[in-house]
Amino acid sequence: MWESIRRWFDPRELRSVGSTPDYRFSLANERTFLAWLRTGLALVGGGLAVAQFLPPLPLRHLREVIAVVLLLLGGAVAVRAVDHWARTERAIRLGEELPASRFPALLALAVGLGALLLVAAVLVDAVGGR
Amino acid sequence: MTQPRGPAEPRRGPRPDPDGGGGSPRDPGLQPERTRLAWRRSALTLTVVTVLAVRQALSGDLGGLLLAGAALVGWGVTLPIYWRRGTGTGPAPLDGRSLPAVALGAVALAVLGVVLVLRGL
Repeated sequence: MWESIRRWFDPRELRSVGSTPDYRFSLANERTFLAWLRTGLALVGGGLAVAQFLPPLPLRHLREVIAVVLLLLGGAVAVRAVDHWARTERAIRLGEELPASRFPALLALAVGLGALLLVAAVLVDAVGGR
Repeated sequence: MTQPRGPAEPRRGPRPDPDGGGGSPRDPGLQPERTRLAWRRSALTLTVVTVLAVRQALSGDLGGLLLAGAALVGWGVTLPIYWRRGTGTGPAPLDGRSLPAVALGAVALAVLGVVLVLRGL
């Protein structure tokens, strides 16, 4: 794990393998990274917004739990974005298959599940709060 | 309109590049432009999230003030990276270190956010 972290910060290592690809491929890879970075930043922003603008929820500290989960998810997305970018760049240079990843599916499931839970919480609040 | 209507517009659209594309300043897919705009979008997102973090941190006490200052310093340190890659002509050189640095900035914001939320308990 430390090896791959070191590799993220060492561009020479990345450039030492394979051959230089068409720069457009590298730019496309870079834009994909940026899209993931914005996804991560949006999750971080969402967590901060939940902490600041959501009224206190019936369950104690539920608001803070949602905020922290979103913040941690955002950080994980950013870290994973670099890792995926580096592995994709390496695969492009070596002419290998691009790395497959379960991460988008897992993130989608997590976000969908969170949304369903919130819908349930809102409904319960609407029915029980009257 | 000085341009007469005609079937042929030879200067439009992608065409095979006799130089092989290596030294060509124009790319038919506008890839450098799209990449620069992606960096600018990301810089805007970073700015909005930083503003949210500062708003959360400013709770009146000294610790909050320091955390708000940390958020602003992080923003000031990483924004030049976005700026460097988001401006200029031609494809920006891929130095490889900007991307991990920028992601590290996002992780730092996430950690700062967690600290801020836990402080508010």
